[in-house]
Amino acid sequence: MRSIMKTSFAALAAASIVATAAFAEGDALTGDLNITADMSNPAPRAVIEGLVADFGALHPDLNIELTVVDRDAWKTQIRNALTANAPDVVNWYAANRMGPYVEAGLFEDVSDMYEDGSLEGLDAVKSALTIDGKQWGVPYTYYQWGVYYREDIYKELGITEPTTWEEELANCEKIVASGRVCYTIGTKFLWTAGGWFDYMNMRTNGFDFHMQLARGEVAWTDDRVRQTFANWRQLIDMGGFVEDHQSYSWQEALNFMVDGDAAAYLMGNFAVAPLREAGLTDDQIDFYQFPTIGDFPQGEDAPTDTFHIPSQATNKDNARAFLAYVTSTDVQTAINAGDALGQLPVNANASVDADEFLEQGFEMLSTNAPGGVAQFFDRDFPAEMASVGMEGLQEFMVFPDNLDDILARLEDAAERVYDK
Amino acid sequence: MAFATTPTASTNRGWYKRNEIAITPWLFLILPILFFAVYVIIPIGQSFWISFHEWDGLGEKTYVGLANYERLLTDDRKFGISFWNNLKWLVLYLLAIPMGLFISLFLNQTVAGIRLYKSLFFFPFVISQVVVGLVFSWFYFPNFGLFTVILDLFGLEIKGGVLGNPNTATYGIIAAGLWPQTAYCMILYLTGLNSVDPEQVEAARLDGAKGYKMLWYVILPQLKPATFIAFVVTIIGALRSFDLISVMTNGGPFGSTRVLSFYMFEESLSEFGFRMGYGAAIAVVLFFLMLFFIVYFLWSMYQDEKGGH
Amino acid sequence: MFPTPIEKTSRSWQISYQIILPIVLIIWLLPLIAVAMFSIKPDSDFANGNYWGLPSSFEFFSNYGKVFFESNMPRYLLNSVFITIPTVIGAVALSAMAGFALGVYKFKGNLLIFFMFIAGNFVPFQILMVPVRDLTISMGLYDTVQGLVLFHIAFQTGFCTLFMRNFIKALPFPLIEAARVEGVAEWRIFLYVVLPLMKPALAALAVLIFTFIWNDYFWAVVLTQGPNAQPVTAGITEFNSQYRAAYHLMSAGSIVAALPPVAMFFLMQKHFIAGLTLGAVK
Repeated sequence: MRSIMKTSFAALAAASIVATAAFAEGDALTGDLNITADMSNPAPRAVIEGLVADFGALHPDLNIELTVVDRDAWKTQIRNALTANAPDVVNWYAANRMGPYVEAGLFEDVSDMYEDGSLEGLDAVKSALTIDGKQWGVPYTYYQWGVYYREDIYKELGITEPTTWEEELANCEKIVASGRVCYTIGTKFLWTAGGWFDYMNMRTNGFDFHMQLARGEVAWTDDRVRQTFANWRQLIDMGGFVEDHQSYSWQEALNFMVDGDAAAYLMGNFAVAPLREAGLTDDQIDFYQFPTIGDFPQGEDAPTDTFHIPSQATNKDNARAFLAYVTSTDVQTAINAGDALGQLPVNANASVDADEFLEQGFEMLSTNAPGGVAQFFDRDFPAEMASVGMEGLQEFMVFPDNLDDILARLEDAAERVYDK
Repeated sequence: MAFATTPTASTNRGWYKRNEIAITPWLFLILPILFFAVYVIIPIGQSFWISFHEWDGLGEKTYVGLANYERLLTDDRKFGISFWNNLKWLVLYLLAIPMGLFISLFLNQTVAGIRLYKSLFFFPFVISQVVVGLVFSWFYFPNFGLFTVILDLFGLEIKGGVLGNPNTATYGIIAAGLWPQTAYCMILYLTGLNSVDPEQVEAARLDGAKGYKMLWYVILPQLKPATFIAFVVTIIGALRSFDLISVMTNGGPFGSTRVLSFYMFEESLSEFGFRMGYGAAIAVVLFFLMLFFIVYFLWSMYQDEKGGH
Repeated sequence: MFPTPIEKTSRSWQISYQIILPIVLIIWLLPLIAVAMFSIKPDSDFANGNYWGLPSSFEFFSNYGKVFFESNMPRYLLNSVFITIPTVIGAVALSAMAGFALGVYKFKGNLLIFFMFIAGNFVPFQILMVPVRDLTISMGLYDTVQGLVLFHIAFQTGFCTLFMRNFIKALPFPLIEAARVEGVAEWRIFLYVVLPLMKPALAALAVLIFTFIWNDYFWAVVLTQGPNAQPVTAGITEFNSQYRAAYHLMSAGSIVAALPPVAMFFLMQKHFIAGLTLGAVK
């Protein structure tokens, strides 16, 4: 099944293939290369601009045109871009999120690159790009999710990183008693609530169950799903989350953590950069894996961002060369470093930057995610299910009493989405 | 016919000359009609056509008959909420008319600088709804929003902030929309008041009419054309409400501020929307809702035309 | 005149009116005053919770400097100009022709065509959205200024034709008759007799359409993406997607975006209001 992502990141760490930069073998390229990237935030923007400059330096006769579009806007604009005047390279996301474009034949099949050895070191992450046995793009970065917390506040309250749900609840009680909230969150754009559900469900019912739900094999009204919400509700009822979170974006919600009104944030590793930028030092921020609830092997969210070649692209050979370049060992090491994207490299031969969060994340995903690696709620669930679902999750976080109604609605949508 | 087989310049001009009055309007109309047909008339038909299909906007369309409408009208809660919100917009947006009238009466004086006052009062209408939406959402922000701060002074609190609370969010957006719309209605009435017949007013004054009575029986009947235009533009504005919702709440919290126009966009072109057929069906419903008012408007214009000749 | 002119009322009411007037105006414009204030505040004011107080320092130059030199704002502004000006010219030209045809000539279907223009003008955008987007894509004009301009011209022609036709209808018809008797060609009548008389209508429509198109957001979102072709209304939200909400920059950007239509309004006030209030007086 395409949405299952049992990629073993242990293999990633263990693999040891001699790095040969694929791009270096090719002759200098000529002609045009149009890249449309969604890397619009400051750090990613610098990365893509650097990539283009370096690739251009390797191929002086190649005319590269880079368009950086707003990351959120791109989520709706990609379908136009793929059908009209398609660029040669575009950004997107792995797993189910590729589905509509693969089915419509808008992404180029790049299986050949995986077979002919021009993409070495990507075996471990290949499955995230696979639909119907073929590969439709290359990954360029991924990052862990987990709890980023205020180390200084935890110290002040005498609490430590929790590993079980009981510890978690005990911690949270102390935090609330100190006049703070345990977690900040901004659900205005919904997806942040999806992250919480992913973890609550993976911990309560296990990774495999979570994926069954994503594939529509379990009903939303199932008692096991209710148990997930019941656990989640414990945190909500004790005042564990920041109030009025439906009014904030995830960026705005960062302020609560920066100001010390909230002790932690369940987020992707991309939250580290703005937290540092806002003045928090590495002594004040730390990371821990989401605690266990039931007796299941831990599954983790580790969304993968990707590059694809539209099937209507005009300079596919140049595009392939660019894809090979982006995934090559040295480039992977460089662009995922702490001073660049600050995320994890997809190439097994690349090295993880000496950054406390990247090292912890890499360690966690390589050795302590035996359950499996999920992409994220809105990438694992089909589009319509994801949108209806996240709206329901947001409502639950504000009005937990509406749960029955919400679950009935989600199941109703699921019956339509999965053609039950 | 000789001129048809020997198309020399002179005979052509002769034929054209003879039929000039009949042909000229069509020559002038050809381009406008072409543009309008291609971009407005034909797309309406196409949307009807799409609404009978299931289509993700990328691949092939599948004909599904009336299935989209069936789902829409029988068991789609989002549609229900959107429709209900549309009604709220329609009714509450009309408040712009009395509010505009009130301000125009207040400003209809001849003190020094009144012209500048009038244009400053009209100011909000000139600004893009995106800017209006941004500003109002800052006003409504929980904790530090000015509106929240003021409510605090009176000991009131709206849980989640105006836009975060599903019971108040739609009203908050409508209030933001009323600001420029009231300015619009105000300017309509100011112009209308300008042309109120002073003799009638004086005559009524001699008869002892003043205040509300004067307004109701003498002034308002003369303002009827202004009221009519205000009504039409306000209704259209209410049904088109999209920009404000998109900027202020994006349809949230949990979909409570959706209206049909926003829901349609969401289903067809938003991040997770791949249901062009379903979206088209929503648009068709919205179209019929609007058609009701279009017909009313055309009908009253038709009455005018008949009366004018 | 109604209400009773202020000169004819009691002295005390005259004074209170003069006092109330500016107060009401300030309350009315409070949202705008807030944006103006936001736009000259330093970033730190927002971090410290000083949202509604006076700015702690005057950052006019640094904020507006950032908007103009460190963002895509100039590009968006330029796009807006390239979208708005051709649309104004195109829509006014087409509707002047249509208005002339419908206002001067009597022929079968005249009223029908006229009503078609009016009805089309009131149609909800959403019913046009998908087909117009597909059409624009298939013409290769998606994400171009031209794609937006063509649609705007077509759509605005409806509204403008309503305006033009009624205006021309009110012109003295004997003028046209006289020209005809002298044997002037019909198109010359349009150019040399009718068009000069239509100057006020042309001016009024031009400023109105300018404002409408400048402020358009919906079609900008549907037909364009990114700084290549997107107008300023869609561009403002770019400040939003940075890590932290940059209220001061968004405010400065909003003000910059609002200035052209505001300037247009104040410069051409008479025409603007004449256009808006068409039909409000009989």
